[in-house]
Amino acid sequence: MIQLVIAAVLIMGCLGLVLGLVIGFFAKVFKVETDPRIELVTELLPGANCGGCGKAGCSDFAKSVVNGENPPGKCPVSSKEQITAIAMALGVDPGSAFPRRAVVRCGGDIHQVNRKINYNGVLDCASANLISGGPKGCRYGCIGMGSCAAKCPFGAIEIINNLAVVHEELCVGCGTCAAVCPRGVIELVPMNSRVHVYCNSPEKGPEKRKNCKVSCLGCRKCERLAPEKFKVEGFLARVDYEADPPPTEEDVEKVGCPTGALLTASRHYEIETFDPEFSIK
Amino acid sequence: MNKSTRSVMTFKNGIYPVYHGKELSEGAATRIAPLLARYTVPVAQNAGKPPEVIVKAGDKVKKYQLIARASGFVSANLHSPVSGEVKGIIEVPGATGVPAQAVEIISDGLDEALPPLPEIDWKQADPKELLDRIAACGLVGMGGASFPTHVKLSPPPEKEIDTLILNGAECEPFLTADHRLMLEDPHAVLAGAAIMSRILGIDRIFIGVEMNKIDAIEVLQEKSASYGVRIVPLKVQYPQGSEKQLINAITGRDVPAGGLPMDARCVVQNIGTAAAAADAVIRGIPLVERIVTVTGPVVKTPGNWKLRIGTPVIEAVRLAEGVTEEPGKLILGGPMMGFSQRSFDVPTAKNTSGILLLSQDQAVNYESGNCIRCGRCVQGCPMHLMPCALAAAIESGRFDIAQQNHVMDCLECGACAYVCPAKRPLVQHHRRAKAEIRRQMQKK
Amino acid sequence: MEENSNSSTSDILMPTGESLVVSSSPHVVSPERTSRIMGKVLLALLFPLAGGIWFFGWKAAWVVFLTTVFCVAAEALWCKLAGRPVRKTVLDGSAAVTGVILGLNCPPEVPFYVPLIGAVLAIWIGKQVFGGLGYNPFNPAVVARVGLLIALPAAMTVWTPPRGMDKDFPEIKEFRTPVDAVTCATPLSIAGNTPKIKTNDFFAHENFKKIDNPELLEKYFWGVKGGCIGEVCVPAILIGAVLLVCFNLINWRVPVCYVGTVAVITGVVNYFYPGVTPSPLFHLLTGGLLFAACFMATDMVTCPITGTGCIFFAMGCGIITSVIRIWGNYPEGVSFAILFMNALVPLIDKWSGTRPFGYVLKRKGEV
Repeated sequence: MIQLVIAAVLIMGCLGLVLGLVIGFFAKVFKVETDPRIELVTELLPGANCGGCGKAGCSDFAKSVVNGENPPGKCPVSSKEQITAIAMALGVDPGSAFPRRAVVRCGGDIHQVNRKINYNGVLDCASANLISGGPKGCRYGCIGMGSCAAKCPFGAIEIINNLAVVHEELCVGCGTCAAVCPRGVIELVPMNSRVHVYCNSPEKGPEKRKNCKVSCLGCRKCERLAPEKFKVEGFLARVDYEADPPPTEEDVEKVGCPTGALLTASRHYEIETFDPEFSIK
Repeated sequence: MNKSTRSVMTFKNGIYPVYHGKELSEGAATRIAPLLARYTVPVAQNAGKPPEVIVKAGDKVKKYQLIARASGFVSANLHSPVSGEVKGIIEVPGATGVPAQAVEIISDGLDEALPPLPEIDWKQADPKELLDRIAACGLVGMGGASFPTHVKLSPPPEKEIDTLILNGAECEPFLTADHRLMLEDPHAVLAGAAIMSRILGIDRIFIGVEMNKIDAIEVLQEKSASYGVRIVPLKVQYPQGSEKQLINAITGRDVPAGGLPMDARCVVQNIGTAAAAADAVIRGIPLVERIVTVTGPVVKTPGNWKLRIGTPVIEAVRLAEGVTEEPGKLILGGPMMGFSQRSFDVPTAKNTSGILLLSQDQAVNYESGNCIRCGRCVQGCPMHLMPCALAAAIESGRFDIAQQNHVMDCLECGACAYVCPAKRPLVQHHRRAKAEIRRQMQKK
Repeated sequence: MEENSNSSTSDILMPTGESLVVSSSPHVVSPERTSRIMGKVLLALLFPLAGGIWFFGWKAAWVVFLTTVFCVAAEALWCKLAGRPVRKTVLDGSAAVTGVILGLNCPPEVPFYVPLIGAVLAIWIGKQVFGGLGYNPFNPAVVARVGLLIALPAAMTVWTPPRGMDKDFPEIKEFRTPVDAVTCATPLSIAGNTPKIKTNDFFAHENFKKIDNPELLEKYFWGVKGGCIGEVCVPAILIGAVLLVCFNLINWRVPVCYVGTVAVITGVVNYFYPGVTPSPLFHLLTGGLLFAACFMATDMVTCPITGTGCIFFAMGCGIITSVIRIWGNYPEGVSFAILFMNALVPLIDKWSGTRPFGYVLKRKGEV
């Protein structure tokens, strides 16, 4: 019995030794030289592989950072501390990506829509858009079938009442959703902007009104009352995101948008949670 | 029947729709629509570059007057269908769902026409002259794709062409416009065919007609000899009227994948285009009206009308004495490939072959189920693709796999989705993949 | 052409366009539905079932009833637990088809727990864990049958003598239990238990004569043999199969190639070594080959899509079945063969895809 045990131990031991030697040999001979800094940076990066930096995932970005092609700050997801850590480790300038955030420029949830469409087909924004389908009459607004929500690597988008809503605290501004949206409703805006125009339709006011209660009618009230912060292009008001200081909640109150297309981001979210106080007057 | 019934030609695969619906309107003689008060003529009525509008609000126009000039080679002229005043360039719902620019013309009730262009003796005329006339009259393919006719008729010199095929298959259920045209105006069709063959410099001309239009075949056969045209009876099979399938059925040639009919030494034109060519050359009038089938189970008196382009669909429905109940679906074109509309304001165009209204029962929302791999879509696909496998790849977002499996060759004919027992939206998936792949290719 | 006259009638009903549905083409669809397909399959399955009832009595119907009810119940329960629409899933009829096929694959007298376990195996392990109808790589009924065969070999091999089987039958003489019920063997199990003679002499020719002679083959054809409920009556199976082909529900290549491959292989072996395996006709008429080739291998979900693929698939099934029957330990190899080839279907599909229209010219160049 004891002999058997000894034999087994010996055989396994020898086997392990021989194989270990072989592996060690090949590891030495066929070693691929990698920059250890790439690994280090990859570890410091968030690892979401969102592509927000324009590279194919975090390790690709790490390579470009190490090679000096991109500053570490170009990662939209990392916090300031993380970026500083990477910059310190590499001894480079952290650089700054303008921290951005996604905004769904549409306020028309299914209750705000005047004209609904009986759409029958694939429940996917791109497919519906191809035949100008979708549940709502507006051809420029959010379709609300959640293609962006499905793609968001951070789970920051939720569909409420057929409208995509960005949860600000989760969004890092990687831009995946904006690339997916077939109607280009989602825009990346500077993070410090708290006020947005929630309408994307360039149509004339009455046309929009036919479709939606909360569309921007292009009445120019905002432009008149705060010309340095809001611009009306065609029939659609836009927030001037270059403006310094950016528009605030006070500006929104001062303007008092007649349809409620001009809102702060937090209120956009609150409307979707059926707060009657913020429903359209 | 005569011996031609025994030797009907066809292609491989395809489907046999059980419900044709042609009986609703095939017996109704074409009627000329009365003058309307207002027309909205879409500007982009041709594939390629839309023409350039040369009228502005307030302009007085006459019937047949040029209102938009071709803005390049692959573009077509557009003429006013009526005399009156241009009210403006407005946005109307487009047939494909995308809003379109249209010239709004208010009729003055006089219907004054410009004098027609001089007649050309096409038997002696120079092919170039004929081609110029066709281009001047703004002819486009009237079967659906609306490709400018003069472009199709001037193939690059290195492409050898030996066959002209006129497409009278009209394989879509419900539509009877081409059928009525062949019955009522066979001389125009045949003369148009002869004119086109003269432009191309060939003498092999076929007209393919499906066997469910026996009367049209007989009428054409009677008159065809003097024009040197051969009538080919085709099996009633969908999509017999698709260019590639028609060429295959009549000549036995395969159009190479991604290629055009001219790669199989053929030019295919619609019956209606041929008649319009005859009108342009012999009568000297541009293309401003066409036969449209207004039909459907809920239409009170289905029939065929000669409608001017730019007629709002609601007016066409009024001609058919309205509906018997509120329709559940409005389709421009046939039920297999037409586009469902969301409003009755959409105007007709040069390629509108039918206005189809389905009842609410027929437009019920089919809930699609799981693919049970029955293979009916594979048996039905005229392009010999595997729609079920493509849809599976597309549903999981793998457009690269779909591309490898030739989704770009899909005709969107709808045969697969028609036969699918699980009612899967196969065509919509394929459309999505094609759009996505095209977008990616443009990016590169 | 005539001038239109009725343009100004005011009392016509005009559409408002309020209930227009927007959807992708095509706007008309064929009346065929998944549930109808399953209904037609059930109709075809009635024939083998009727054959089984004729030969084994109403207890056979009871077994099939139990498997069907349990299968439908298992499907409903799973959908309930998984939060999927119960009604829609049950009404597509696929569980009922699986249940009937499973029942027809059971011996005529099985205790009630066999259908119960079989149904759970078929619907849960065979189908729903993969995502339900259409996603299962293996035929659920075959999964259940193989599972039962391995887990409960005793219960699954108690064969009741069919109507018309008398004492002279070799099967009944061989095995007779001393307890209350009379049982018999299947011809295949007798063949499997017969020692093989690997020569080509007189004894080899006589080796299977007892169970493989023209007189008995005729009885086997009509259904007088031990076996599962559905597999005994050959004419009924053939009628069902013809129905399926007529309804365009199965690819005729599968049964033809399957049976043909088995016939060829057993025929060749039988010709050179008659003492090793009985004649091909014996193989065709006994066991579950015909039933499986017509109803189980042809299952839409688990067999290749294209005709070429079906030929490869069926030939693979035939080869494995023959190998197991001639040289294997199990008397019957049909279920294992189908299960194995099911696993290869994605691969076969990949190899046997269709050639899209217009691709031949590109390869060969213009002719």
